[in-house]
Order: sequence, then structure tokens, then C-alpha cells
Amino acid sequence: MMFYTVNGAPAYCYTAGKPFDPAKPTVVFIHGVLCDHSVWALQSRHLANHGWNVLAVDLPGHARSQGEAPASVEQAADFIVALLDAVGAPRAALAGHSWGSLIALEAAARLGERATHLIMVGSAYPMKVSPALLDSALNTPEKALKMVTVFSCSTLAPPSGAGFWVFGAGMALGRRVLRSNAQVNLLHRGFTACDSYARGEQAMAAVQCPVLFVLGEKDQMTPPKAAQTLANAARSAGRQVQVVTVPVGHNQMTEAPDATLAALRGFLAQA
Amino acid sequence: MPGYSDPGFDTLALHAGAQPDPTTGARATPIHLTTSFVFESSDHAAALFNMERPGHVYSRLSNPTNAVLEQRVAALEGGVGAIATASGQAALHLAIATLMGAGGHIVASTALYGGSHNLLHFTLRRFGIETTFVPPGDLDAWRAAVRPATRLFFGETVGNPGLDVLDIPAVAQIAHEAGVPLLVDSTLTSPWLIQPLALGADLVYHSATKFLSGHGTVMGGVVADGGSFDWDASGRFPELAAPYDGFHGMVFSEESSVGAFLLRARREGLRDFGACMSPHTAWLILQGIETLPLRMERHMRNTEKVVQFLASHPFVARVGHPLLESHPSHQLAQKLLPRGAGSVFSFDIKGSRAQGKAFIEALQLFSHLANVGDCRSLVIHPASTTHFRMSDEALAGAGIGQGTIRLSIGLEDADDLIADLQRALKAAEKSAAAPTAQAQAQAQAKAGA
Repeated sequence: MMFYTVNGAPAYCYTAGKPFDPAKPTVVFIHGVLCDHSVWALQSRHLANHGWNVLAVDLPGHARSQGEAPASVEQAADFIVALLDAVGAPRAALAGHSWGSLIALEAAARLGERATHLIMVGSAYPMKVSPALLDSALNTPEKALKMVTVFSCSTLAPPSGAGFWVFGAGMALGRRVLRSNAQVNLLHRGFTACDSYARGEQAMAAVQCPVLFVLGEKDQMTPPKAAQTLANAARSAGRQVQVVTVPVGHNQMTEAPDATLAALRGFLAQA
Repeated sequence: MPGYSDPGFDTLALHAGAQPDPTTGARATPIHLTTSFVFESSDHAAALFNMERPGHVYSRLSNPTNAVLEQRVAALEGGVGAIATASGQAALHLAIATLMGAGGHIVASTALYGGSHNLLHFTLRRFGIETTFVPPGDLDAWRAAVRPATRLFFGETVGNPGLDVLDIPAVAQIAHEAGVPLLVDSTLTSPWLIQPLALGADLVYHSATKFLSGHGTVMGGVVADGGSFDWDASGRFPELAAPYDGFHGMVFSEESSVGAFLLRARREGLRDFGACMSPHTAWLILQGIETLPLRMERHMRNTEKVVQFLASHPFVARVGHPLLESHPSHQLAQKLLPRGAGSVFSFDIKGSRAQGKAFIEALQLFSHLANVGDCRSLVIHPASTTHFRMSDEALAGAGIGQGTIRLSIGLEDADDLIADLQRALKAAEKSAAAPTAQAQAQAQAKAGA
């Protein structure tokens, strides 16, 4: 298992068992609230076996990574920048899902030319969280987790191919990540970070690389129209923008794994 | 196709994992009777083999029809996924073989199906896996049986056939304190009566031959993972938390935080042991599951009536169902199994073993055979059939006497079942007065001498 010391704490990255190769391009995968690296399982494993260094992180204080769990998008973005420095990656593509998409955006803004591609999956800006859900996340996290998992699924027949049940896997992963940090309620902290992020347009103006949006047509958490503000900001900044819509909900990587991978591969193939 | 809006059990029983066939529009799940699947390209083939993309390669590993069944059982059990196997015994073997090899140790309930007892007590011992059997209700015994080599706790939701209810939350807690998972056989209860994963168990399996398929037509098994057990933190499972040479050094717990067990079970156990399910079987089990809620409700209603009848019959010495306050698991069943403790149970008649035999042979509606969970009512004498390899001591531990008779209550009219039992009980009583053919021959021989 690959750990890097970032800001003095061990940070776990899934690399498909491969060591970092400075000769290869690098892609960083950033998960959303109450998730870990494994939400990118198929996409990260594929790219790691097709010419890329993959760094699919567990954010600090989540799952295998130690350190203080980020309380804001900006703090998490600082971690991503520090991770790349610790790894020794001069440049990297950044891919984020949901909360992770905002972290990728903010990190890309900070990295400037070091960011080669920005991929925002299931994104929205502003990423407001209802007061009721925030309250539930704080006081009844199991109930909030179920609510979020229900809203994230769009089908009773996800195309797992190998008997995985996406709803159950979402619940189990959320519970596991919640248990992984005894000091911090990661669900509430993550949602608060989403809700309070206000630098989206400013950050997009500073991004210097092409931007891909992968949006779920049936996404109830981050509906496609909620990404338009950022897409417009990217276009206004003169960035190349691609929008790919997949016919699923907020679990783009597990409900539409092939379509999501195809979108990523096509976009990353662009220099 | 319905969208996802937190559907209930009955809806999941019909829809989980299935959608109209995208090619033909077929509403029912198609039977994909094919050994293998054409690759889109060489790159696609390599990606499928290397677990980079979803899809099917070879039906021993996975199959679209089986995948629907696996998702459906996972949904009904509240798990992260499942694997369909050739039988319930194959599911049990797959679970054990995924978690340990020679030198491993299991702590198991004494109240097990005879086939499971056989596997643990005799067969696995030959392969270097030891089992310590403990009474399911003796929590201190579970705790005391743990060894450094222990890798698994194992019990049945309700023991076969005594219906000792396993205190899943308590046994799971002891297992987790010891750093091992709890595997539960829920064959006799089905997820309609109890969902062991929600109560703390980590793995659950079924002989789908019984209530899941429900019609006595197919052999099959399925094991579901709750995704709750932390294989890394336990430190006892290098099979899941350390690089596996058999799959290019893959660390399964790293690939999937909640599905490591299923990944290894499929990529090693199904691949190498090969006890896979036929897609036709999967389809028949899916047909059964579609009506599982309706059938289970009727099973329970009929069982209640039959239990009440037997409990009040003067020729019946004991009825072993937790519905009755006299049953040692009555209170626990009220708590863990509010819909009922199943429709398979045993009872003893006030008579000899020969009278027991007379009882079984006098039944007309109940079928005398070695199965349970059929839509038809069934009967058997465990001590001489399903549990015949067990010693008297082991039989007693499982709550089985020489005169014990096991019933599996089906979906017939309850009045007809009761009438059949009444007639057979009468025949058994009369048989005590009537000399058997052997006794008559002995008497004649004696007279002749």
C-alpha cells in the first residue's frame, strides 16, 4: 500500500500497486463526502494500467489517511498541492467527484500550469446543502447517510457485472468512512465544506487547463444544470470546456463506469 | 423501469438488479445460457481480465442472469453484493475457503444442518481446518473457544431442526472482539424473516434450494457480504489484506474497501474451485424470490396453525417451535424474528421409534423426503437421515432425539395439513397396539418351537 507523508501525516493513495514513475503523466482522483479512493476503483485501475501514474487519495482523516480532516475546500486543495510536492509530480491531471470536484477545481487554480486537465464529475456550484440535511448529518448521521445514498442512486439495476449492489455498497462505505475518524463527524464536516465554498468562479478564472464535466442526467444531488455556472465561468476564462452527460444519477463511476471511463480517457488523451 | 426511491422489501424482491433487456425489451430477466462473452477488442478483453472494466468473461466467474440474482439477494439482505454458487454447501465452502487455509480454526454452533456439521467436523479437518462446536446460546463458550488461529464464527439463524435462535448481536460482538467475522446461515428464515447483516453479522448465506427458490426444483446457494468487517484492522486475513500472487499481487481490501471478500471469493474461489451456478438455475431462483414475501407470509400463517394443533394433541410430547413459550428461544425469537421463526420445526410423539416410522408412513399430503422450504409440506426423521452421521451426544446438542420428526410446512390449506397430521398421529397410536410383521413372525416362530 502506498503512503506519502503530507504535512507530517501519512496519506494513502491507491496506485494499483505501481510505484510512481516520473516518466509517466499523473492523474489524481479525489473522492466526495464520506467516501474514499475506492469510488474510483474501475477508472483508476484502468488508467494505472494504461500509461498513467494514478494517485487515488483518501483525503486526510478519511479511511486509511491520517491527519486533520479538511474543514473547507481550500484546506483540501492545499493537501492536494502538498501531495503532488511530496510525490514529486511536476504536473498532474485532477479528477474529482462531487465535493472532490470542487477540491480539484480549487487545487487546479492553485497549481496553475502544473494542472494539465481538470475533470469535474457530478459537480455543482454553489454546492449548497439543505439545513435539514446538515442538521441530520450532525445529529443522525446514519439517517443522513441513507438519505444521501438514496438520492445518489438512479437505478435498481446498476451494471456491476459481478454481483455488487451499488446502494448497499454506498451505505457500507459511508459507515466505514464515518467510523474511520473518531474525532470528527466526517459527514457533517464534508457537507459544511461543500455548503460554505464560495470561490468557485474565482477559482475557475485562475484555472489554466482544459475542463471536463461529467454529469449525471438523473443526478438528484448535483443536477446537470447546477454545473452551468462553473462551465460558463470556464468558457468566459477562455478555457476549453467539454460536457459529457451520462444517463445515471450521482454515482457516475459505478452506475456508468464505462461511459465515465470513456469520457476520462478521451479527455486525458488531449495534450 | 422504476427509479430509485428507497424501495421496500417487496419491491426489491421483484426489481432489484433487473431491468428490461436493453436489446430485446424483454421484461423478465433473460436466461443467458452461454459459457462466454465476446470481447469488443483486445484492449477490452485485457481490461476485463484485469478488473479494470465491468462485464463478463466466462460464466464460471460471472454471468448476467446470475448477476441479477446476486444483486437481488444482496439488496434483500442489505449487503454490498453476493455470489451465487452451485449449492448452499458450495456457498459455505466458498466463504470458509476465502477466509482461511490449513491451520485455520472455526468456532461454530452445535445446532447446525447435518451437512454443515459434516463439512466442518469431518471433511475440513482433513484439509487442516479445525472447528470447535459450542452451544449457540452459551456466549461464554463462544468466547472461550477463540484461539490465535480462529478465523470465523459460524451459526444458523435458527438451528436445524431444534430452532435454537442465534443471538446474532451478542455473538457478533464476541466475534468482533476477537477480530473475526460472523457468518450466518439464514436458509431456514430467508431475508423476509430476518436480516442478519443488520443485526451485526458480517456474511450471510443461503441454500437457495429452499425458501428463496421455494418450489423444490433447483439446487443453488448464495453468499452475501455486508461490507462491514475491517479485514485490514483485524490483522488475521492476509488473504484479503496482503498481496495475492494469484492475481498479480492484488490487495483485495485496497481494491474495494467494502467488497474485498467478494472480490477474492469470485477471483479465487469461483475461478479455482468452480462451484458456480447455472444461469438457468439463477433464473428459477429469481422466479421464486419474486413471490418470496407472499409465500413466507403464508408459510408463517400455516405454521402457526399447525404448531397450535400439535401442541394441543395428546399424543405429542414436545413441539420445538419458538412460537411456544415453552421453547428456550421464545423470547429471543420475539425480539429478533418478529415475523416468525420459520416453518421448519421438529416435534416428538409419545411413542417408540417404530411409531414415529408409522406416523411418517401414514402421512398422505406431507411428502417424505430430504428437503425443506418447498411450497409443498415435507416430513423427515432427522436421526436416521439428515443427521445420521452424528453421535448421540452431537444429536442431543442439536436438539434431536431418536423420536424427533421434522416438518417443513408448505402452502397448502392449513386445514388439510392438520387433517393429514391428525390421521397420521392416530395411525401411530394404533400401531403400538398392532404387532409389527416382524413381531408376528417372531411370535409364530416361538410358538412353533
